[in-house]
Amino acid sequence: MKVRMTVNDKTEEHDVEDRQLLVHFIRETVGLTGTNIGCDTSSCGACTVLLDGESVKSCTVLAAQADGCAITTIEGLANSDGTLHPVQQAFHEHHGLQCGYCTPGMVMAAVSLIAEHGQLTEAEVREGLEGNLCRCTGYHNIVKAVLAASGSEVHA
Amino acid sequence: MIPAAFEYRRVSSAEEAVATLTELGDDAKLLAGGHSLLPLMKLRLASPSVLVDVGRVRDLSYVRDGGDHVAIGALTRHHDVEHNPLLAAEVPLLPHVASLVGDPQVRHRGTIGGSIAHGDPASDLPAAVLALGATIVAQGPGGPRDIPASDFFRGFLETALAPDELLTEIQVPKMHGAAWSYQKFNRRAQDWAIVGVAAVGAPAGGGIALVNMATTPVRAAAVERAVAGGSSASDAAKFASEGLEPPTDLNATPEFRRHLATVLVRRALEEIAADHP
Amino acid sequence: MADAGSILGNAVMRLEDPELLTGAGRYVHDLESPGAARVVFVRSSIAHGLLRSVDVDGARGMPGVVAVYHAGGDDLGLMPFQSFPMLAESFNRPVFARDRVRFVGDIVAAVVAETGPQAVDAAEAVVVEIDPLPVVVSQEAALASEAPLLFPDHGSNVCFATSFGEDEDPLEGAEVVAEVAMVSQRLAGVPMESNGCLMVPGDPPAGITCWISHQAPHSVQPALVGVLGLEPEAVRVVCPWVGGGFGPKAAVYVEFLVAAAAALQLSRPVKWVETRSEDMVALVQGRDYVMNAKLGLTRDAKIVGLDANVVASGGAYPALGAVLPMLTQMMVVGVYDIPKVRFQGATAVTNTTPVGAYRGAGRPEATQLIERVLDVAADQMGVDPAEIRRRNFLDPAAFPLTTITGGAYDSGEYAKALDAALVAAGYDELRSEQARRRAAGESVQLGIGVSAYVEVTAPLGLHTEYGAVEVHEDGTASMAVGTSSHGQGHHTAFAMVASDVLGIPMDKIRLVNSDTAAVPRGSGTLGSRSLQTAGNAVLAASQVVLVRARQIAAHELEASPDDIVVGEGGVHVAGMPGRTVLWEQVAAASRDASRLPPGLEPGPLRHEGDFDGTNSTFPFGAHVSVVDVDTETGKVTMRRHIAVDDCGRILNPLLVRGQQHGGIAQGAAQALFEWVQYDGDGNPLTTNLMDYAIPAASELPSFEASNTETDSPRNPLGAKGIGESGTIGSTPAIQNAVVDALSHLGVRHIDMPCTPERVWQAITDATREAQR
Repeated sequence: MKVRMTVNDKTEEHDVEDRQLLVHFIRETVGLTGTNIGCDTSSCGACTVLLDGESVKSCTVLAAQADGCAITTIEGLANSDGTLHPVQQAFHEHHGLQCGYCTPGMVMAAVSLIAEHGQLTEAEVREGLEGNLCRCTGYHNIVKAVLAASGSEVHA
Repeated sequence: MIPAAFEYRRVSSAEEAVATLTELGDDAKLLAGGHSLLPLMKLRLASPSVLVDVGRVRDLSYVRDGGDHVAIGALTRHHDVEHNPLLAAEVPLLPHVASLVGDPQVRHRGTIGGSIAHGDPASDLPAAVLALGATIVAQGPGGPRDIPASDFFRGFLETALAPDELLTEIQVPKMHGAAWSYQKFNRRAQDWAIVGVAAVGAPAGGGIALVNMATTPVRAAAVERAVAGGSSASDAAKFASEGLEPPTDLNATPEFRRHLATVLVRRALEEIAADHP
Repeated sequence: MADAGSILGNAVMRLEDPELLTGAGRYVHDLESPGAARVVFVRSSIAHGLLRSVDVDGARGMPGVVAVYHAGGDDLGLMPFQSFPMLAESFNRPVFARDRVRFVGDIVAAVVAETGPQAVDAAEAVVVEIDPLPVVVSQEAALASEAPLLFPDHGSNVCFATSFGEDEDPLEGAEVVAEVAMVSQRLAGVPMESNGCLMVPGDPPAGITCWISHQAPHSVQPALVGVLGLEPEAVRVVCPWVGGGFGPKAAVYVEFLVAAAAALQLSRPVKWVETRSEDMVALVQGRDYVMNAKLGLTRDAKIVGLDANVVASGGAYPALGAVLPMLTQMMVVGVYDIPKVRFQGATAVTNTTPVGAYRGAGRPEATQLIERVLDVAADQMGVDPAEIRRRNFLDPAAFPLTTITGGAYDSGEYAKALDAALVAAGYDELRSEQARRRAAGESVQLGIGVSAYVEVTAPLGLHTEYGAVEVHEDGTASMAVGTSSHGQGHHTAFAMVASDVLGIPMDKIRLVNSDTAAVPRGSGTLGSRSLQTAGNAVLAASQVVLVRARQIAAHELEASPDDIVVGEGGVHVAGMPGRTVLWEQVAAASRDASRLPPGLEPGPLRHEGDFDGTNSTFPFGAHVSVVDVDTETGKVTMRRHIAVDDCGRILNPLLVRGQQHGGIAQGAAQALFEWVQYDGDGNPLTTNLMDYAIPAASELPSFEASNTETDSPRNPLGAKGIGESGTIGSTPAIQNAVVDALSHLGVRHIDMPCTPERVWQAITDATREAQR
């Protein structure tokens, strides 16, 4: 079947299998491999992208369901001049990534969280990232990064 | 990770959904948010040959004042239930429970109708609507019908919905300021409840429903009777698992579930009493 | 070594980040190759059985199927594989199960198809007939007399044994004996990126390039060379960005051998993308020890001896995990002066996933055992747990020393770390709060747990490493090392070292690693070894390059090499930055005989060498865990975690803290959340991330991580490893804290993970016992 959506503001129209998951559409059909797959039970959030501005787990959405929608992936976050989005910049400054595999999903989840809540407390960040698993960082610096990006003060 | 092949169909109205279900019979499953069905399909635990996507039926996403109740369209997402001001004012238990379903990404896609139609005893919203004494509205080839929540959950993942029926609306009675409590006990915040308790105070019917204590969401009827009879929270809570066969799984034995139910029911009743001494 | 103004010791942000933050980092699953086919493995769903038949006819006929391999048909000529050289060959793993399957996950067949979905569909069509055999899941069952044998030819299920002090009675003279029986439960590594590979034949010519998600490509290359029958130069093993390793990705996987052999046979690339459910049975797992200890002490709580016993489960095809009891034996005395030790360790094969190295690999188990039995002793004797440790620490003046069990500890100040942790925790205030809650009978009790640990990094002879540094004619530099970064930030760390010596800006220094074609040899990144080995190799190579550069510049500038110093963009005569020879010019001169002083041969401005650390190093520390335990529900909530970890002289505190945090989270996960479980028939019960509970941010607090710095005398950077310390130190502190919260109720021990039900059961049992 045919699906048509924008991905990072670019129109993508492709013929896909009915059963294709959005994450595979993004990675294999569109060719944007920044979004990663970390599990098969919708538990880890590595595949998180924005669908019409809201965070979703793209492994649990069919490409068909995203027809007509606007998808934003990690590749679409930085500014056109190459400078990083504030959330990306905060992750860099606070050492919020190590192997980088969970990072695109974590960053997109954080972008959505901040968009909805504005300035966050530590408890709100930790609750808000309940659906994103990381194995390297222990979350400590991720939380600092998101707090900072949301406009909250960060302590060591 | 990759579901078995199926045919995808999109419908744009409840009528079209019903007609399609009638045409296809058992081979078809409805797809709303997909967060109950797609995970099963990715592990190949479910392999319907046709998915009927009702996700675009926009006029089934609403929250309306129905006088003595609030009417929620089946396709209203958990996120929208969580943030709806009318529900916050009139049925505050529900937005709170919706805020605890899954994680933010799940809440952006999952729908209240999808969750209730799936009828997982470990889900939060089915127990909540059971405690609230809600009415489920279903639409079939013969037209709409009302099903009380107490009649809706029939067996494990089995509801009163006929194969050719679509759940269209949930009518939750207004709580009129009654106290309420939702106790969700789990290991990790994103997990299903090991045991959960949804409770509303007497002015809102005094319903107490349990999560993951049986093959369906269930009312703790013996507790309700004890409360109505004037028992204290801890005395009433002793009846929490009466008549129930709680499941066993990786997280808890039936014995531990019984214990948790007693503790959580007591805490729910105490929270309600504290609100309205 | 580093002067004022040196970058070393400073928090420097990572060079790796921009690519990873923008989604530009390519992992194996992101790589494509024209014409690549996909392989999917058909795995046994029975834990132990005789393989009667594998019917691939149905699969063969399905759309897109290119080939189907199995032992009864085309098996690619793959011989049984020896998973670890020290182990008997009778335990070799048939790549495709032949006459029997030995664990759920054992490979029965492999399907290669044009696309992933086609391969998955066809794999489902393979029909396997297995006659079940009796299953042994636990090591106790495997070692019982009359236990069914996994390898009848071997005659027993024991695959490894080690012992120390057999003739001793270590408890002789003890006035008090404390005992514990405990389990270090089986864990899964769960790197967020699952396993995978892309095998591309034809490059090198008549050879193959093997892209793998791995920690040690140089260790995989010999296995591939042997199996594929190619010359070493024809087999290139290379890792792109790797999404976490933690130990399990240091093993050689038979799946790699199948994919490579298939790629060569089919003359097309073959890609394997492991699913998470597959990962949870196929990737080697960790821990799974049953442990016992008896600690003998004087009435003054001074240890007189330790009698310890561990039985490990090696899984169905024993690998590195089987020999880890050797490391456990060495480290079981921990930070304590223990006059007499008797230790017995054995590993059994069981019908479960093979066990390999997982963060700590044998040392967490040792620390868990000694720290738990010491706490039992403290509780028994009414001595404060911090005090009992203080009384028994090895004397800092005694270093370097070799412990009774052969640990050649380089340096350590254990009391200093413990005191720092206790002060940071506000230990006395915590005890007061605990007392208050106990007196008030509150339903949420406070637990305070202490651990003191030492661990061995660059263990098992892994203390040498290759490093090369070159300055190029464009003024940039490159470092080549035999380690293999997969999240640790080596590019940043090693560039700091090279930049500090050469003055070349870090962003002009690139890292070459993880590629057997670009780096001649290496032992990979594991055992927390990289900075102390490769980092020092980069240091040494940079220094030699600088010596040559100074000689070249001196000749250009008609000065003495002793007067040449590093400056902006190049080197210059001290005090005369106006007379600078730029790095571009030095590199060019280096190759030009006419510009060189006598005695210097033309060649690249480069040096390579193998750094030898002579021995392992021994980081140490102390952790304090503060937990709330809801005595009604058994739920444990981590309130605070204080960690003082000493990894010698710190190069980049940002990177060190990151490793502490990540290590603590995984250690906490063992104490409270994770557990690989099997039912009695050997069916794995935790094969996805819904059931295997790795914690999210919502389950953990922020950590209070700090450091003492006690240099290692064993290398110029003074460095010890840090990667596994957080895990080793945190688990026992948290377990001790949970028990501590309930000790006033009579609870003496709770096995990990301390789930709500286990905690509740312990309280119930202790309360019932008290009522007798």
